[in-house]
Amino acid sequence: MIISDQELSQNVVPATATRRKSWRDSVGVLSLKTPAISALFIWSIIPLLMTIWFSFRRYNLMAPDRTGFDGLGNYRYLLTDPSLALAIWNTVLLVGSVLAITIGLGTLLAVLFDQEFFGRGIARLLVLAPFFIMPTVSALVWKNMLMNPDNGFLAFTMRSVGLKPINWFGVAPLTAVIIIVAWQWLPFAVLTLLTAVQSLDGERKEAARMDGAGPIAMFRYIIWPHLGRAIAATTMIESIFFLAIFAEIYVTTSGGPGFASTNLSFLIYRYALMEYDVGGASVAGLVAIVLANILALFLMRSFARNLDA
Amino acid sequence: MISSKLRQKWAVTLLAWSVALLLAFPVFWIVLTGFKTETEAISRVPHFFFHPTLENYQAVGERANYFHFAWNSIVVSLGSTFLALLLAIPCSYAMAFFPTKRTKDTLLWMLSTKMMPSVGVLVPIYLIFRDTGLLDTKTGLLAIDAMLNLPIIIWMLYTFFKEVPREVLEAARMDGAGPLRELYDLLLPLSMPGIASTSLLAIILAWNEAFWSLTLTAAKAAPLTAFIASFSSPEGLFYAKLSAASTMAIAPILLLGWASQKQLVRGLTFGAVK
Repeated sequence: MIISDQELSQNVVPATATRRKSWRDSVGVLSLKTPAISALFIWSIIPLLMTIWFSFRRYNLMAPDRTGFDGLGNYRYLLTDPSLALAIWNTVLLVGSVLAITIGLGTLLAVLFDQEFFGRGIARLLVLAPFFIMPTVSALVWKNMLMNPDNGFLAFTMRSVGLKPINWFGVAPLTAVIIIVAWQWLPFAVLTLLTAVQSLDGERKEAARMDGAGPIAMFRYIIWPHLGRAIAATTMIESIFFLAIFAEIYVTTSGGPGFASTNLSFLIYRYALMEYDVGGASVAGLVAIVLANILALFLMRSFARNLDA
Repeated sequence: MISSKLRQKWAVTLLAWSVALLLAFPVFWIVLTGFKTETEAISRVPHFFFHPTLENYQAVGERANYFHFAWNSIVVSLGSTFLALLLAIPCSYAMAFFPTKRTKDTLLWMLSTKMMPSVGVLVPIYLIFRDTGLLDTKTGLLAIDAMLNLPIIIWMLYTFFKEVPREVLEAARMDGAGPLRELYDLLLPLSMPGIASTSLLAIILAWNEAFWSLTLTAAKAAPLTAFIASFSSPEGLFYAKLSAASTMAIAPILLLGWASQKQLVRGLTFGAVK
């Protein structure tokens, strides 16, 4: 039984640290943590309390003199507004579809890019590129230069093979947004899952191959179980970002036509900075926060479990 | 035997490269279009071969005041990263080397602040900014970006600090170095690579941040993300100029991103995937 240096030091150091820990040291340590923790605390709690406060008030930026306590007025107004239900549904569709596309395709591509092939390094860099493009650029370029039904590149491709070009933002605005966001985030999923696949040690793969495992059995019994943690992490991070998708909608559809591509983020923006309804925007904001927290609770639990493992 | 293996390798090469080129095509198309004339750019039949022109780059530089917005992006992304590091380094150091019972909970709480959707606090932040004169200022956006990235930076630094061999610090402690001396003289030099890649990731995220840039800034303090969005108004839509401006806006970040791809995974997954 060999004890590695690392294990040894981990066993020894805390004991020493405790022994040497004086009152002065612990005050010093606390003062190191305080600035960051209090900054984050203020950032996360004060705006939240203000949102809750505003949600009970009658407050429109266009009529600043007509303010006052409104009880549940904003809630009644907003929760019966059909656009809220539609926005929540659009948010769920957007987050769900992009997650399915990026995780599904991402897993396949991670396995593909784990294989040996010519020019692998450069090919990986190419796959990664979309992730670094700022969202406003991606959205504008996809809308105007690729998906434009008249002079876009996709329209040209479809005409070349004898199909009728699709007016993406006219007939399927939400699908168009889903495609753009999936394109932006697929590289992230590939990169994370590829990192996970690579951390699987070669010996286990080799042993399975010796036992006669084909590519499918290999994926099913060796790679897939190993990917669980990476998929959980990727799902969590992506959900955080997908719930808050805004720029892609802002520069392409502005939530339209009608409310067809309005998600919760854009609905709140509409209330707050287009209709100047602070009370209504605050209620919608709380709905977004509650939705995010339901998701977070579920995800954080699996994440905390992974942290221990 | 060998030839079948080689054939398989060629097949994988073909498949993987097709996927790679397909995914990267829009980026390639942006760069290419930036060198076309406007007429070529809006043609129904795409031009792959043409006489490249620099007129779009000139126009974007001169008429659109590109450098004003680029400067805003640089100040905001570097400034917010610096501010966040200033707060994060002591905090991560304390949590990594003087852990208490609550350290794990604190870390998870920090992570949970990232779960708060920005849009949920748009109204209060907008009103606070309006009342304190921070609307459309670089300072305001810089502070927001620092707060957005702080949890990621603390987590990343925490995982890097955890990897520093404890014997080294222990030796210094025996020599009587206090926590601060230990941090500045030993830990910072030792974990420079980790701090560098953390900074890179924070710069990338701040550079590409769009929600607060679009809602809190206008002509004066708008960074490139918001500047590019202004191309979406119908009267301002010129494909070639949009492409030239976009190319300049994404090129530095693309290079930084490629350079930091390994650390990117670790940072964005809060150390869960390394």
